[in-house]
Amino acid sequence: MSFKDRAAIIGVGETDYVRGADRSSAELMLEASRAAIADAGLRSSEIDGLVLPPVNISAEEIAANFGIEDLRYAATVQMGGASPTSTLQSAATALSHGIAQNILIPLGWLGYSAMRPKPGVRRESINVPAMRRAMVSYYVPYGAVAPAQMYSWIATRHMKTYGTRYEDMAAVAIACRKNAQKNDRALMKGRPLSLDQYMNARWISEPLRLYDCCLETDGACAVVLTSAERARDCPHRPVYIMGGAEGHPYPADDIAGRPDMLRVGLSYAAPKAFQMAGIEPADVDFLQIYDCFTYVVLLQIEALGLCKAGEGGAFVRDGRIELGGEFPLNTHGGLLSEAHLWGLNHVIEATRQLRGDAGERQVRDAEIGVVTGWGDFGDGSLVILRR
Amino acid sequence: MSEKTVRSPKPTPSPENRLDEEFWSHCADERLCFQVCASCETWRHLPRSFCAHCGSGDWIWKESSGLGRLYSWTVTHQPSLPQFLPDVPYIVAVIELNEGVRMVSHLRGVEPEKLEIDLPVTLEFERVSDAVALPMFRASLS
Repeated sequence: MSFKDRAAIIGVGETDYVRGADRSSAELMLEASRAAIADAGLRSSEIDGLVLPPVNISAEEIAANFGIEDLRYAATVQMGGASPTSTLQSAATALSHGIAQNILIPLGWLGYSAMRPKPGVRRESINVPAMRRAMVSYYVPYGAVAPAQMYSWIATRHMKTYGTRYEDMAAVAIACRKNAQKNDRALMKGRPLSLDQYMNARWISEPLRLYDCCLETDGACAVVLTSAERARDCPHRPVYIMGGAEGHPYPADDIAGRPDMLRVGLSYAAPKAFQMAGIEPADVDFLQIYDCFTYVVLLQIEALGLCKAGEGGAFVRDGRIELGGEFPLNTHGGLLSEAHLWGLNHVIEATRQLRGDAGERQVRDAEIGVVTGWGDFGDGSLVILRR
Repeated sequence: MSEKTVRSPKPTPSPENRLDEEFWSHCADERLCFQVCASCETWRHLPRSFCAHCGSGDWIWKESSGLGRLYSWTVTHQPSLPQFLPDVPYIVAVIELNEGVRMVSHLRGVEPEKLEIDLPVTLEFERVSDAVALPMFRASLS
């Protein structure tokens, strides 16, 4: 029995997204969670399930704050940036089996302040357990510390194999930045990006330039899910989970040792999710793709099955991924131009699009959308959502 | 602050388990050794308890030829660790040894714009201290 169409997103909430928060990520997550629970038309104590990415708050602490006396389901998903999208799979499974009735998924961190805390604000760490051993034992002595460097190994291999162009990476950055101009929450609203600016920006680690890299931001957001039956009585139009899956590259804990470096977690996950949903990849009306770097968007477009391996660059040309194009990408601006909330902000944007609440960035007649997650050296997850 | 500028040293390998310790202790002797399955003779890296190919838990360490090819790379201009600033731009490479295993290292002796997949490379050790030597690679002369 799959969880197809058996669970729905009924509430979304966010804090402001900033550079330099004056509170802990735990406080931010509680605020965003309260907003999401209110959006769902629930009382905090009606939450009876918590599925967490590896964040700096425990399920127990959330339950104590919200008066949840009978916490029936608590789980943590360890997939780095792919965790939030993957939590929807865990939540949908628990809901479809009646293990819990109302599940909260929070995500918050100090992605900016962890490295530069404000005076008086406690410094917080970022958890990356799956990557730890390869990094400290085998990568760090060579000055390879940042995801921009490690994912560049994949990008270089892909570019040299398939001839992907810098202009194709730019198309991703520019599409996200254009969409951010229509989103008051986006940190890059008011700061448009041209191809010249992109090409003239400094290298971070080749083949990635400055605008290939996502933002570093502080903030929190949260979503609430319930069963499809209960979702009908909620204040907003429910957004149903048609399909979902997670996947891990092999071996997941060492990028260098992979027999095929271009086979990422999403390559394993996507066919399963589309099969569950009973649709073809091209049936989706928009793409909310995890965009920690422009290049991983191209890889994921291929892994989703929207085009063949090596054709991701050609796929994004000629405005095809911009609003008004065939496959609008990251309509909120993404991690590149809205804020870096580990892609739970992508889930929220997909929900708003499918509710018809996306304002001037609304994709017309949006009925089905896909959201992907990417993290921890290339773990992948996705959900296919419908109104 | 003191008058001298004290630059903190570059990070050295931080073994997380016994197998990592053995890998780096061979390197300290300037020998690049990898695990080879005692049953099916498959080479492997990172070090692991079991052979993913045949499942055997028996292995021996064998010394690599030190010859290989460039599998992929990144040219780092803005390092996260300030200790690497004097080295920029530096090439963090994924090297495929002739024995079939891959490892992360630095590649030297070639301009970034000349980099190509399968460029032949040769091992050389950089002595960091009595206890640490890092395997590095140099583009082979053609």
